[in-house]
Amino acid sequence: MIGAAQYSDERAREIIAAHMGLEGPAMPILHALQEEFGYVPDAAVKQMAEALNISRAEMHGVVTFYHDFRRAPHGRHTLKICRAESCQSMGAERQALAFLDRLKLDWGGTTPDGALTVEPIYCLGLCAHSPSALYDGEPIGCVDAERLDEIAAEARD
Amino acid sequence: MVKLYIPLDMAAVAMGANKLAAAVAQEAAARGETIEIVRNGSRGMLWLEPLIEVETPAGRIGYGPAKVKDVASLFDAGFLSGGAHRLNIGIVDDHPWMKRQNRVTFVRCGVIDPLSVAEYEAHDGFKGLKRAFEVGPAAVVEEVTKSGLRGRGGAGFPTGIKWKTVADCPPGKKYVVVNADEGDSGTFADRMIMEGDPLSLIEGMLICGYAVGASKGYVYLRSEYPVVAKVFQAAIEKALEAGWLGANIKGSGFDFDVELRIGAGAYVCGEETSLLESLEGKRGIVRAKPPLPAHVGLFGKPTVINNVLSMATIPMIMEKGAKHYADLGVGRSRGTMPLQIAGNVKYGGLFETDFGIPLGVVVNEIAGGTRSGRPVRAVQVGGPLGAYVPVSLFDLPIDYEAFAAKDSLIGHGGLVVFDDTVDMSWMARFGMEFCAIESCGKCTPCRLGSTRGVETIDKIRSGQNVDANIDLLKDLCHTMRFGSLCALGGFAPYPVESALRHFPEDFRKSALEAAE
Repeated sequence: MIGAAQYSDERAREIIAAHMGLEGPAMPILHALQEEFGYVPDAAVKQMAEALNISRAEMHGVVTFYHDFRRAPHGRHTLKICRAESCQSMGAERQALAFLDRLKLDWGGTTPDGALTVEPIYCLGLCAHSPSALYDGEPIGCVDAERLDEIAAEARD
Repeated sequence: MVKLYIPLDMAAVAMGANKLAAAVAQEAAARGETIEIVRNGSRGMLWLEPLIEVETPAGRIGYGPAKVKDVASLFDAGFLSGGAHRLNIGIVDDHPWMKRQNRVTFVRCGVIDPLSVAEYEAHDGFKGLKRAFEVGPAAVVEEVTKSGLRGRGGAGFPTGIKWKTVADCPPGKKYVVVNADEGDSGTFADRMIMEGDPLSLIEGMLICGYAVGASKGYVYLRSEYPVVAKVFQAAIEKALEAGWLGANIKGSGFDFDVELRIGAGAYVCGEETSLLESLEGKRGIVRAKPPLPAHVGLFGKPTVINNVLSMATIPMIMEKGAKHYADLGVGRSRGTMPLQIAGNVKYGGLFETDFGIPLGVVVNEIAGGTRSGRPVRAVQVGGPLGAYVPVSLFDLPIDYEAFAAKDSLIGHGGLVVFDDTVDMSWMARFGMEFCAIESCGKCTPCRLGSTRGVETIDKIRSGQNVDANIDLLKDLCHTMRFGSLCALGGFAPYPVESALRHFPEDFRKSALEAAE
């Protein structure tokens, strides 16, 4: 992700401490850690377990349950392509597989230059504008092969 | 000064609304025109997004779908006074798509500035809450029960009964939780109301909290909706500033706070007990019921958990009375259903109507058939766990019981239309694959059954022992339906079984090809 900060134990501790006043703070903390570092580093998970007074195994279980939380740095840009039913009704699956093929990637893969990670997503609620996608948090409706290729080129710049 | 409306709705943004708004502001400045741009919710005519509306003495005139490249020509055509242009759709309220609806939950959506408390109040906002304060908590529960409102999340459970159960629990810490984990493909009503009229959801939560004796409300929103997160958080802050949240609200002695929480991409967290686990900061593993969340809910406390639409409808019920709402609809399906028309359709969008309208009318007349121009073959109603309905059942009315009688469900009201190029055995496989990806893993029928389902459908699709494997698949579906802990594993067979029942030829293609 763009502008992701280098991991530091101290910064992770600050982020965790800032959320400890909430009821059930684990999810907000995980989101904040990922926002800061671009992923959820193991060292931060260890600190969370200590702060929340639960075992590391339990904390690991929480982090790994959710599709959104990454365990390692991703590409500088992220493209999430919807493959749910509505988008499939407009040919999204074929279009996405052909795009992945052009980039020589599988779902979840990152281009060798580290520019772009392509992930599947299951519904963006843009179902009247299928197929849809989310590029670095920006929604895109009626996405076609040309637009996908433009995004791949943009990501490289 | 001319007032313009350009939606902040995520679908409008996905079609370029933010760039359009910037271009319009820039062009106006260059031409020396003074304008005010309000970022409203969407009217629900999504094929027209981004839709610019111009306030004129005759009413609000719409131009859409507008692109940045159209901006100069719109100014040239005098659109600021409603001038003629090829994108002019006339007065928005008079558009046939709007005229045909009965907007109850969505009455303000797209009309007002979603972040203006003053406009919300000017459009009957907070009248429901004021009435609640007058009649007292017990009468509120009674009113909601009498209205016949059923949970719009999918299960259709009577809302009043949930509230009564929590209200009857001894006083102490209680919670109001709103399920905004709208994960079903083909649904976007929760998203639209939270972007277009977020204060109605806050008011619904306030009424609920007052009725059951809770002072804290959580909204659990899916992470796939980044625009909602921004708008709703801003709405909470506006409500706080205006004294509609916080301590001693408007001198009533009632305290209430709302907190927004974001999910992390787990579909199963739309299941209420899994959602509660996630809010508590745990894995989103489904809980066995009983105990019901109404008795032992969030952090073990009595909890009302309702869908966004159910909660956003409450203010209107309290304002106009139970009877007004109950008089709409048919049979045990009272009120209105905000249908979400999606997939391969010409006119997709949000269409709120009384229950009872036939499915075929929605697909053929309102949605205008397919965008591809090819014949309609199937409609999946109710999301990834909903059945595929063939054209032969198009006279089926939108009604919980009528759909249940045909082994189908309305769910959250999403319709995804497919044309005749769809391969139904592939869609059945996808249904099982999706269940395998999203299963929380607690119960065996869902965790293993979904993976075995994918494997079995793959065998059928490649022509191996087709008859025996179809029998096996049906047996597996039966086990999942009756043996799963929650609706994910329990309803995942709906798309599979309906595809098998209505489109058997799609499961025998490879066998036919081999015979030829």
